[in-house]
Formats: sequence, structure tokens, C-alpha cells
Amino acid sequence: MLDLLTDVLKRAKERGATEADAFLMENRAFSAQVRLGRVDTVKHAREQHLSLRVFSEKSAAAASTSDLSRASVERLVDEAVALARITAPDPLSGLPNAADLATVIPALDLDDPTGHDLAPEDKIALARRCEAAALAVDPRITNSEGGDFADRRGTYAYAASHGFAGEYSTSSFSLSVSPVATQGGSMQRDGWYHVTRKRALLDEPEAIGKIAAQRALRRLGARQVKTCEVPIVFDPDMAASLVRHVAGAVSGPALYRGASFLLGKIGQQIAAAGVTIVDDGTMPGALGSRPFDGEGLPVRRTVVVDKGVLSSYLLDTYSARKLGMASTHHGARDGAGVTVSTTNLYLDRGTTDPKDLIKSVKQGLYVTELIGFGVNGVTGDYSRGAVGLWIDNGELAYPVEEITIAGNLLDMFRAIEGVGNDLVFRDRTSAPTVLVGKMTVAGA
Amino acid sequence: MLARPERFFEDRFGLTSSALERLLGAQLAGRVDHADLFLEYRISEELTLEEGAVKKASRHVSQGAGIRAQSGERTGYAHTDDLALPNLEEAARQARAIADQAGTGAVVAVGSGRPHDLYTLAEPPVVAALDRKVALLGQVDAAARALDPRVKQVIASLGSEDVVVLIATPSGWTVGDVRPLTRLNVTVIVEENGRREIGSYGGGGRVPLDFFLEGERWRRFTSEAVRQGTVKLRAVEAPAGEMTVVLGPGWPGILLHEAVGHGLEGDFNRKQTSAFAGRMGQKVASELVTVIDDGTIANRRGSLNVDDEGVPTRRNVLIENGVLVGYMQDRLNARLMGSEPTGNGRRESYAHQPMPRMTNTFMLAGKDDPADILRSVPRGLYAVNFGGGQVDITSGKFVFSASEAYLIEDGKVTRPVKGATLIGNGPDALTRVSRVGNDLKMDEGVGTCGKDGQSVPVGVGLPTIRIDGITVGGTQV
Repeated sequence: MLDLLTDVLKRAKERGATEADAFLMENRAFSAQVRLGRVDTVKHAREQHLSLRVFSEKSAAAASTSDLSRASVERLVDEAVALARITAPDPLSGLPNAADLATVIPALDLDDPTGHDLAPEDKIALARRCEAAALAVDPRITNSEGGDFADRRGTYAYAASHGFAGEYSTSSFSLSVSPVATQGGSMQRDGWYHVTRKRALLDEPEAIGKIAAQRALRRLGARQVKTCEVPIVFDPDMAASLVRHVAGAVSGPALYRGASFLLGKIGQQIAAAGVTIVDDGTMPGALGSRPFDGEGLPVRRTVVVDKGVLSSYLLDTYSARKLGMASTHHGARDGAGVTVSTTNLYLDRGTTDPKDLIKSVKQGLYVTELIGFGVNGVTGDYSRGAVGLWIDNGELAYPVEEITIAGNLLDMFRAIEGVGNDLVFRDRTSAPTVLVGKMTVAGA
Repeated sequence: MLARPERFFEDRFGLTSSALERLLGAQLAGRVDHADLFLEYRISEELTLEEGAVKKASRHVSQGAGIRAQSGERTGYAHTDDLALPNLEEAARQARAIADQAGTGAVVAVGSGRPHDLYTLAEPPVVAALDRKVALLGQVDAAARALDPRVKQVIASLGSEDVVVLIATPSGWTVGDVRPLTRLNVTVIVEENGRREIGSYGGGGRVPLDFFLEGERWRRFTSEAVRQGTVKLRAVEAPAGEMTVVLGPGWPGILLHEAVGHGLEGDFNRKQTSAFAGRMGQKVASELVTVIDDGTIANRRGSLNVDDEGVPTRRNVLIENGVLVGYMQDRLNARLMGSEPTGNGRRESYAHQPMPRMTNTFMLAGKDDPADILRSVPRGLYAVNFGGGQVDITSGKFVFSASEAYLIEDGKVTRPVKGATLIGNGPDALTRVSRVGNDLKMDEGVGTCGKDGQSVPVGVGLPTIRIDGITVGGTQV
């Protein structure tokens, strides 16, 4: 793979590019869905993608193709160089300083060389067991959107004209199920999943199925509540969604465009003292880890919010230069060039048992699902559809739906009154249970 | 640039119709209920202006094949980026494996009606000269900054693509389509007394670049973005709770897409996981409400000459005078439900299998004067622009987020309020429609619908309507 990239960069230089970088991805993927015990869909995929970025003096352009034939790759280079002639020069554009590049590619244990050696029938059997376990939990589980198994093995290679070249392979395995519960003519769907980089570490299918069924069952009989202002407890997955909003607001492109509610707030208290948010790309075997960023810079552990104080933005080389700062090595590639992405992002664990967080609430909402896009990254204004359980005198009393929760993200983070001790790294972004002192719940 | 699809794949990849027929015939014929091959070649281009200059430009080629075999309820699907014949043969073997587990009948021959001709363009947008595109974005930037000194940042982007597809079945039947698409987007950041806001507007369709120049359409997009941003600078807290809501015409039609559209897709109804399952022939909306999904409107973003299974698109009535009369179907779900495909079998690309999806979904106009509708509301919310929406198909609960809305006080539109999410129950929300305006308007051509990880371009349309009671998710109790 690196040979192809070297050829591409050489041709780009011959065609007049002053600098260039390129990446190549190759994937093999499989997925199987079983519904009500029968095979529904089996998918096999073979994917490849070559992407090139060129600089002609200080003008940049990008091109990509999934056709790796010689003629196509030559066209790719020519088109990228031609495009760079029509873009405006920007003195801050260009590759990172060569001195900052990763010199060692750390072994992060991101692939599972033997885990994919499982016959399609055996993969289908895992999905079937997962769904069967969900359907067996309770007679009110009457239907299903299916049980799914998926695995993917890919290799990513990156090279740049100032000499960097590196590649690594990753694996992923996932198992999930979405059962439907019925009661009195109304239906509720929920689900549960597990994703890992090692097949041996996947949760037992039966365990996933059981949790999924319990999640669907506890939604049965949901009702609206009256509009009110109350404390909100976010379950770990929903708390993680709040952390993602913070990451979006501290990412370089949002900042230099002035499109962030956290602009200029470095060093300021933006959250309660119990809030520490970390991005760590170096965790071995983790879903968000990578040995180098999208520009060949070494990954690291970055404290974004330190005891409530905003301590770092998330920057790639260009956005860092725009802000007069240094890259935090969060560059990621998209087709059009470089953007910013997190690695393993998490809200650090607190000391409170999540049960005690719920117990501390007299009347309030425990949120288990949020839907919609009602988040304004420029102002922090927040309004989303919610599903959850009503807290009555410290107890989870009954399910609620067709309500919204609203506030402002800055106010919400400052109003965090409790952080649970239940952090589990289940996804690329993780958080423990979080209690926000007050938000508006809109309902009947 | 891109010739007839059959010739295109033959010339470029050596995939002659006889080679395709051999491939499908040898691997799939006689073993499955349905099989098809989907070949796709996509060129796309994106230019982005920020800080007064186009600094980002990119061009992408993606190509591949998806091969599908269906037997009963089972689907085997394999896709590859590499169109060499041995790779396609491997994909066909993988797709077929699913059918080997059960004996089935012969492949049904699936000739369909003639494809439409909705968007043949003399010059597809992706091939229009780059300097014209750069100049257009430059005009947008200059106009936005000239309109209002509070405009601090202008981000304008122009995306264009051309997609050639060819669908082939073992019976030797093939159909192709060439699909141009373009979209101009204008986003501004405005600032006043330390308060910042964002305004965004855009549009497009299966149209040439000149579309943006007709009547200076680009200038209207620009001034709309600036107007929205500056209106939001003086927005007050949005109300919280259930109230009467008036939706403006056009893009607020996203209500239909979320409240009823997804719930009327065939797959969820075959699986009985939709809140609308088993409700065919029942009243699901006020008698003022007729909802159509129409993939045959010339040059619109959601339109298609044929869907991604080769079925010509249609004008499908979903709800007629309040009664549920139609689902949207792809081939699989139509076959399993004993109905006809409706031209709604769509996929994001060759890397995805088709599903029932919407095209252009809208409500027919009623009789009311929009101004009268507003005057009829003592206290409520008037929402004219929206961000995205989402629905839980099974519970029927849906949301859509207002990005520009105003209070209605004593029949008058008064103060602008901050963005808020509206939440309702699909099977119930349209029963509360009490007034329908005579001003049906389609959106500008910006919609993208996501389902099961697949994005496809869609359109929506709506006249001004009054809904007597929907929950507004503001902060003001």
C-alpha cells in the first residue's frame, strides 16, 4: 500500500505540486441480520479508497477515488493539481512541520488477526443467539427489528511528501439486537449492543439480548408529563452525547469560524468542578485509538476540561495556525482534506454511585434516549426529544415519552451536580451517569 | 459527458451486456426469487469558500457494484469497489450463498414500465467550468457582507455530482439512469454586542449551474441566510409546553417526512414494527389532509427516472382526505406483502441494499388564506424554518427542530424565539390539523434523509397549516 502512495506523491510532485499527502484504505466487511430466528440479510463488502491532497505553493485541493487502476490514479493526481490552480492561496496552509511528525508507530493492539476466521454460519449463529435471548425474556417481547453481527478488518496507510509513511490495521466486531415490546396495543422498541476490537472480548450474545429486552420492556406504558423545571439524570450513553457537543465546540474549524459557544473560553470555568473531560488516543485496544493522526502527528492524551476549566481545544495543523496555537494532533481525514476528530473521548469518573444520584432527586427525569438535532453549536442552545423514566422521591417510577428537554449547554455543564462512578469504555465517546441540577422539560 | 449507462460500463470496464447476463445467469438464475446487479459510477465535486476565498476544492470518484440475491425474506448482498469480472463473480457467489439454504422457484422476470426523462441536462453541473463556480461563490460572499455589517463570517459551498447507474437482472433486462445533482449552501455567522448567531440557507436540485443564476437565485439564498441569522440575534427564550403551532409553507414539510412518511415505508409495515402497521384504510389525519410522495417532478432533488431497483417512480397517494391509502414499497416488501413496487426502492450507493424510501413528500394545498390562519390563533408558535428531524417508527414519536420561529399573540406574529424542538406522535399529529393554506410550496432542494445508515436526497413540501396542539420544547415555562 505504501508503494502506491509513494508513486502517487511522486507523480503529484512531477505535475507541479509543492507538497502533497495521501491515504489509502482497504476494508473487508461482513454483516448478518437475523429476524425472528430467520436469516434476513447477509452482506459481504470489499472496499478501497485512495485520497490525495496537494499544495501548489499555498493553494490546496483534494481528490479521491475508489478505482485504483493505473489510469484512474493518474487522473486523480492530474485533477487534484488542476483544482489547486483555482483555489485561493492561504499562507497558513500546508503540511505540519516535519520535526513534529511521529517517529515511532506505537503498537496499540487495534487488530485481531484471527478473530475474523469464523464461518458466516457461525457469525449468523451469534446474531441468532442474541435475538433469541431477547425474545425469551418476557412474553411481551413480541417482535424484533433483528439481531445483527458485523465485523470489519481494514488497513489504513498514510504518506506525505516530507517523508512520513505509516500504516496500521484495525479490526472491529459488533453484536446488537432491537426487540419490540407490546402492551395494550402500543409498541416500544429499544436495543443494546457491544462493539470491540477483539472478537473474544465481545459480550455474550445472551447478555446483550437480555439487556435489550429489559430496555424495551421498561418503556411500556410510557406517558407524557406536565411541563416543568426539574433535575435531569443522564444515563451513561446520553451523558456521552453531551460530551460530544463539547468536543464539537472546541474543535478547531468551529473556533476559527467563530461558530462555537466555547470560543475564547480557554482557562475559564465552563463546567462544574466535578467535570474532567479527556481525549486519549493512546489507549491500547480501544475503539478510538490510532497510532498517528490524519497528518502523521503522534497521538497523545489531552485534557480538554480540567476540573471544570477549559484547558485545551482540539486542533489540526491548519486550525491551530489560524488560532495562533499548536496542533493538538487531532487531525483526521475526510475526502476534502483534513478536519478534526476525537479519539477516545471521555468524561472522567466521579465518586458517586449512580443509584445515589437518582436517589438524590425528589422529582426529575432519568434520560435514556435523545432524538433530533436541536443543538445550536454557536450559542449552545439545546432542545431535544427525550425518552426516559420519571424519578419520584428518588425512585424510578414510570416511563415517559413525547417530551423535550431544553437548556443551554454552558448552563447545563455548570449545573452538573453529580458525576457517577460508572464509567465504562463502551464506545469512542464514553461517560458515567451525570446529574444536571435543572433543565426545562416540555410535555403536556 | 456520460453516455448511455449500458455503453458507459461497457466502454470503461469491459462489462458488456452479455458478460453481465452470463455473470448473473451462471451464478443466480433459477436459484432465487429475485436477483440484481447494480453498477454505479459517481463523480462528485465540492468547492468551499470561507474568509472571502475558495480555499477548499475536492473531486471524488466512487465506483462499484452491488449484487443481490433474494429468497423468501432473505437477502444476500455483496459489494465491491473493484469492477473486474472475477471480483464480481466472487460477489455473486457470496450473495447467492443465502439462497443455497433453501430451495426456491425460478427468478421472476421483472420488466417494468419506461423510465421517465426528468433531468436530462445540456451541461450537468459537475462539468460546468470551475471558474464560473468560483465566481458564483465569490458573489455570494460579497453580497452577504454588503447586506449587513453584522455578518462576520461567510461559508458558501457548492457541491455537484453526476451518477451513472445500471441495473441488470438474470432475465437479461437492464435499465440505466444518469443523475445530476447540485446544491448551493450559504452559512453566515453574525455578531452584535458579543452575541453570535448562525444563519443558513440553500437549495438546488437535478439542475444545471445556471439554476442559481436564474433571477439571481443565489442572491435570494444569501439574503435569506443573513436575514435568518440577524433575526435570531434578537430571539427570546422559546416557550415550553403544548400549544397551537402554525407551520409556514415549504421546508416545514419535514413534519410530513417524520410524522407519517417513515411510518408508511413498506419494510416497517411488513415487519409490523411501525406505529402505522395494520392501519390501512383507517383515518390517520384530519380530512383536510392529503399527503403525496411523488418521484416524478422534473428536476427536483428527490426525483428519479427509475428507482434503484429499476422501477419507474410514481406519484403515490399516501393519505387521502385523512385516510391512509398507500405505503411506499421496494420490490422485496411489495412481493412479501402481495402488493406492487411503487418506485420507492432506493439506496445510498452500490455499497448499500435498497429499502423503501421517500422521494418528494408533500401535502396538497387547501382553501385557507395563510394570513387568516395566523389571525385565527390567539396564542401560539409560528415556525417557518427547520433544521433536521427524527422519528421513532415503533412508538410513533417524532421530532423536528425549528430554527426560525415567532410567537403568535392575538393573531399577530410578534417576537422571534430561539430554536426549539417540536415533538409529537405520528399517528395523532395530523389529526390535529385544523386549517390548510392555499399556498403549497416545495422546499428549495436541500433535504437529505437518513435511514439505517443510508443517506439519500429527498424533497418535502407544505402549504401553511395550523396544528391544534403539539409540544414545543423551549425553556420558558
